[in-house]
Amino acid sequence: MKVSLFITCLTDLFYPNTGEAVVGLLRRHGVRVEFPPGQTCCGQPAFNGGFHHEARQMASQWLTAFSGSEYIVTPSGSCAAMVRNYYPELLPEAKAVSERTYEFSQFMVDVLGVEDVGARFPARVAYHHSCHMMRELNLRRQPLTLLQHVRDLELVEVPRQELCCGFGGSFSVKMPEISEAMVCDKVAAVASTGADVLVSSDNSCLMNIGGRISREQRPIRVMHLADLLWEGVQSRV
Amino acid sequence: MSELSKASFHQRVESGLANETLRAALVKAQDTLGSKRIAAFEEMDALAAEGLTLGTRDQLKEHGRQIRQHCIDYMDAYIKQAADSIRARGGQVHYAANSLDVGTIVKQIANRRGARLIAKSKSMATEEIHLNAVLQAAGMNVVETDLGEYIIQIDGETPSHLIAPALHKNKRQVAETLSKVAGEDLPADTQILTRFARGKLREVFLSADIGISGANFIIAETGTVLLVTNEGNAGMITSQPKVHIAIAGFEKVIPTIEDAGVLISLLPRAATGQKLSVYTTMITGVPGSGEHDGPEEFHLILLDNGRTNIVGSEFEESLYCIRCAACLNVCPVYRNIGGHAYGSVYSGPIGAVLTPLLNGIGEWKELPYASSLCAACTEVCPMGIHLHDHLLRLRKRVVEQRETSVAERLIMRLWGWAWSSPRLYLWSGRLTRLAQRLGRGWYPPPISNWTRSREFPKVAAKTFRERWEELNANQ
Repeated sequence: MKVSLFITCLTDLFYPNTGEAVVGLLRRHGVRVEFPPGQTCCGQPAFNGGFHHEARQMASQWLTAFSGSEYIVTPSGSCAAMVRNYYPELLPEAKAVSERTYEFSQFMVDVLGVEDVGARFPARVAYHHSCHMMRELNLRRQPLTLLQHVRDLELVEVPRQELCCGFGGSFSVKMPEISEAMVCDKVAAVASTGADVLVSSDNSCLMNIGGRISREQRPIRVMHLADLLWEGVQSRV
Repeated sequence: MSELSKASFHQRVESGLANETLRAALVKAQDTLGSKRIAAFEEMDALAAEGLTLGTRDQLKEHGRQIRQHCIDYMDAYIKQAADSIRARGGQVHYAANSLDVGTIVKQIANRRGARLIAKSKSMATEEIHLNAVLQAAGMNVVETDLGEYIIQIDGETPSHLIAPALHKNKRQVAETLSKVAGEDLPADTQILTRFARGKLREVFLSADIGISGANFIIAETGTVLLVTNEGNAGMITSQPKVHIAIAGFEKVIPTIEDAGVLISLLPRAATGQKLSVYTTMITGVPGSGEHDGPEEFHLILLDNGRTNIVGSEFEESLYCIRCAACLNVCPVYRNIGGHAYGSVYSGPIGAVLTPLLNGIGEWKELPYASSLCAACTEVCPMGIHLHDHLLRLRKRVVEQRETSVAERLIMRLWGWAWSSPRLYLWSGRLTRLAQRLGRGWYPPPISNWTRSREFPKVAAKTFRERWEELNANQ
């Protein structure tokens, strides 16, 4: 089986380790991974800002990069939702390709049928559901399934876990006061669980929550789900 | 209306965020109403499994949407049927294009009856057209009789929540407000305060010349106005005064009593987690021969006020709204800023959609952006309105109408051009890395809006793209 990695701009530029983790985990389960070099950004920030012309430019580039792909896997629920749910409206010819796009944990659990990646991670872990992943793609179970099978990992629930962290793309800089209030609430809720690690399936949410955690100098490590699983796998090898 | 928006949107947001009383009230209201709503629908789904309700939440949502869709498709016919039914029962029906029309119709009725005192029950449609101000300018005394509306009327405020208009006030503040009417200091004691208001409102009920209500639904086949309340004040003002005027947007017309059954299975549950509100009042025309209770005159005013423009547009679904406020009760933005920050009568996600549609985007261009697009509103809406998608469509309109700043347009144009090229994308990453090294933690706007409260990550020494060759060689 061959998978094209859709890295997303954010993970490419700021969190390349997540990309390596995804590649490592997929290969471990017998998947051949390729990286279409023509990819840039899915265009979601422009689309969400109302700039459809610019969003379409980037979506076209995305389609050029991925049109020949059998499976497209991305470590972002939000970017997967953009491609799956909004590309057909923005770029009708992208529909067939968009339907072959999977969020990482969705691909692992629903396509590969993997629930236990063979990781061990002794820590108290809180999981943050990203809004687009749970509401646009209806993916809640898959990441939790992967975490529940990690040895020595204690999964704790964040109070009011379905409340948005306040990122919202350009919302965070257009409405900085509201965004700040939301992220402060989220950090307080995460801290109240006593978790050592905060995990999510979107580096965008983690950039926001993690950025606030650093500012508050709280001892909570912030990791993408793939990073945690990969670290947990490697520690056992 | 612009009297509310004298302060800029950002000023209103700041004042909402700075109001600790408000924020505590919002969290409490959201958490309480939210858990009650969830419990009510869980119970409904369980009962549905035994055939004891009209259906599950999802079934009723779909059914409710079909009712609304059908009504809007055949709106003219149903409005005519409703009007015929009401006239057959001795009532009168009026059509109003806007606030001015409603004011004229009500003033004519009031003048003919020599009316001085008007008692109102809660109605968002009359809030929308600022009816009280119109009538007061004509020398009439208008008193709101819903407790929350009564409180905010004293302070000259607008509702900060669709169903809990005085949500922004705590007990102490309510005591201060009511003390102004009492002419003495009332204690911050719920029983004493409600008893005082009850006494005052009782005088209004008994002496009002006209009662004005809204309408949650208008049933076309029978000409029945259906009102959902918890305080019983609507029952008073629609029965005791000699004249009852109901005012509602035309989208409130539904075909049959069975349809009403579907919609009121959803409304109280979504709003307050109640199976039924304390009172569900159905009013059909004026008393017939042999009937003694009820007003001598009944009028229904069907309001347009911009709704016709929404019919047939990509926003048509927004007219399905039953004003339950479930979207306000889950919205993380509303949770932090409260209703007044929106500056409009309708607040929260539905307010951010309806306000620019009813009043024009120009003055309300910030509202579609007052959302993180988390879609909690869409998920919870009992009518399945895709609220966050409508916000996205409105943003597109804001951009098309060039209501964005020149700087933003320029940045987006440049960015769209650069990032549709893999080569320029690569170089923009390298440039950012260099700029971050040179900037040593300093960021220009708009990133400084981020760094005021959070750390901003650094572009990796080697991006994934730059690592791929090595990674691929090890495959």
